Amino acid sequence: MKKSVVFGALTVAGLAAGAAAAGTLDDVKARGKLNCGVTTGLVGFAAPDANGEWMGFDVGVCRAVAAAVLGDPKAVEFVPTTGKTRFTALASGEIDMLARNTTWTFSRDVDLKFTFVGVNYYDGQGFMVPKELGVSSAKELDGATVCIQTGTTTELNLADFFRSNNISYEPVPIETNAEAQQQYLAGACDVYTTDASGLAATRATFEDPSAHVLLPEIISKEPLGPLVRHGDDGWGDVVRWSLNALVTAEELGVTSANIGEMAAGTNNPEINRLLGSEGSLGEMLGLDAGWAKNAIMAGGNYGELFEGNIGESTPIGLARGLNAQWTDGGLIYSPPFR
Amino acid sequence: MSDVSFVRTEMLPQQEPPGSSVGIVGWARANLFDGVTNSVLTIISLILVYFVLEGLLSWTFQSVWNASSLTECREIMTATWGKTHGHACWAVINDRWLQLLYGFYPPYPAEPGVNFGENTGAWPAYFRPNLSFVLLLLAVAPVLFDKVPRKLLIVTAVYPFLMPWLMWGGSIWGPVMAAAGFGIGFLAYRLLTPVIGGLGGIIAAIALPVIWWLFLVGIVAAGLESVVSISIPEVESRKFGGFMLSILIGVVAIGCSLPIGIVLALGRQSDLMIVKTLCVGFIEFIRGVPLITLLFVASVLLNVFLPPGTQFDIILRVLIMVTLFASAYMAEVVRGGLAALPKGQYEGADSLGLNYWQAQRLIIMPQALKISIPGIVSTFIGVFKDTTLVSIIGLLDPLGLSNAIRADAAWNGIYWELFAFIAFLFFVFCFGMSRYSMYLERKLHKGH
Repeated sequence: MKKSVVFGALTVAGLAAGAAAAGTLDDVKARGKLNCGVTTGLVGFAAPDANGEWMGFDVGVCRAVAAAVLGDPKAVEFVPTTGKTRFTALASGEIDMLARNTTWTFSRDVDLKFTFVGVNYYDGQGFMVPKELGVSSAKELDGATVCIQTGTTTELNLADFFRSNNISYEPVPIETNAEAQQQYLAGACDVYTTDASGLAATRATFEDPSAHVLLPEIISKEPLGPLVRHGDDGWGDVVRWSLNALVTAEELGVTSANIGEMAAGTNNPEINRLLGSEGSLGEMLGLDAGWAKNAIMAGGNYGELFEGNIGESTPIGLARGLNAQWTDGGLIYSPPFR
Repeated sequence: MSDVSFVRTEMLPQQEPPGSSVGIVGWARANLFDGVTNSVLTIISLILVYFVLEGLLSWTFQSVWNASSLTECREIMTATWGKTHGHACWAVINDRWLQLLYGFYPPYPAEPGVNFGENTGAWPAYFRPNLSFVLLLLAVAPVLFDKVPRKLLIVTAVYPFLMPWLMWGGSIWGPVMAAAGFGIGFLAYRLLTPVIGGLGGIIAAIALPVIWWLFLVGIVAAGLESVVSISIPEVESRKFGGFMLSILIGVVAIGCSLPIGIVLALGRQSDLMIVKTLCVGFIEFIRGVPLITLLFVASVLLNVFLPPGTQFDIILRVLIMVTLFASAYMAEVVRGGLAALPKGQYEGADSLGLNYWQAQRLIIMPQALKISIPGIVSTFIGVFKDTTLVSIIGLLDPLGLSNAIRADAAWNGIYWELFAFIAFLFFVFCFGMSRYSMYLERKLHKGH
């Protein structure tokens, strides 16, 4: 890429005309870095630590793709995006993929012209109430005041839920999760509703988490997953199968601990195909044979990523639930590597 | 008849004023307890102040400085004071203050084999942004205070080219060649004016440097770099953040908006129709649009319009937009100053036989700018605070970082400490600017 930096009189000008015609995979390889869009900060999913290193569950997906393509999980440029800038950043090519707890919906897939390559977290909208309220089901919330973030799908889901159950509520509109926590703790609303993962993370920060309960009802489907632009199927495949490699690795018992010996060859032909000691799956994707091995070594398999960032051993403490492997009664399921 | 005099013949010695009207007691009687209403008001105010201070001071000073997470903070609070309410957890600032100040700027931008890179012990951490900041102070000092040695103006002239090099890194030849553009413009004006006339000279002095900056700087700088390589490791714009980013945007916008604003204000008052229309159109358009909209244009819309694959540095885009925004406001503030000048000043300048630029430089502008100082400085302060809006387009300024820090599981749920720290930093700068403007007004007050 030819880069000419123009230092203007006022300040620096950085204008670089890049080779646009080539596919994203070639662009990423030529650049030597993956531009991955993440959120500006969501507990457990993406956040910079004190050294500026990004950590989290979504970040793990970015690192796995970078490792698969470039062999280096650190070759990622994390581009923080907000809810308002994320889709244009992807559509304009500023980022190669978006891994920002984005719900897979019809209109985003079809109308905005993106390709969701899979689901890395099945979320849903839930309710949190103080225990002293003595409520055990969302259907008992008639007349409750509800803290709700404005302008989100949660607002619409809430209206639908209360209407279909023929009960009333009074919304307390709030702008951010931070504001919601303060309002809820100050008693400005009886109920706080947002994605269940967000509720769990919020509850974990309370001084006395046990004084608050999450109600059993989940009133919406929020499949969150990484997405790429329409029209570059080769690149979409790379991201899709990098994610699938993490899922399959968990299913087959390949972890970051035992991957070294497994990569040498095992009795299970699918593991061999996955890790590249048999077959030529990497070549078909346009990657080298050890692509999946690199992806898994970046942060561990799907289960390891889950446990390390949002699982029950972390302060957030999310149970696997829907996000368990299909063999354990969850929805996490990868097509076969063959 | 007697000698008895009813009039005192000698003066009484001067006496100390009664104890109740001097010192603290006297001051309090005169100012705080002057009558029943005032006494009641004083007592109520004192009670209020006491309650506020009691909460605030104990929150600020009975606090935890060393902990690795909010949970640990709360444990320490419970162990020390028996409750977690009313005590600050400054440990988050202790843990993240470097990030809040510098964002993700690497302390030692590393690239093998180049200077200012690896930590060899020779350079302190954050050497480059810190040096930029110190040089900034040196560069503005001769502009702000007339007692400072005039030689420092050299730093002022070099700074606009040195600062980008220090902050972003790369080859020295880029900034040097950019500076050379001004030399080209000057030479073109000097050499071509006798040949093709005054207007042609001005046009050449503007056109040639622009051609130079747009098309030739990159090539020449790259050529020189390949001959004599002087470069420091590059730092990408994405690494910029924290208070450093606020200061960068604020300083560039403030520094550029004043001259642009003056030009726009003069253009708006001009008799030349095209100039006037352009200036009015620009000012009214930019002032009619919220800053946040301009920032969205910079971050989102430009990406769609520019050819795919074009990389137009996000911070540069934001800098341009904030500067344009500030310039439009500045133009109106300066125009207010111009309008406040009596017409006699303009006519006086004309009667002295001064041409337009001489009149502006010697008579109009010094007075108009003096009148506008409070407005100019409050525009500066406003622009500096508006830099926090960039968090909405995903740049991690202090407010954006406070969200990112809260997203760390260790610090999730912490608010006031972060906001207090950020507010304190902003206050220091804004208060400094405000005090300077008052100093300047006093200094320039000539009593006419």
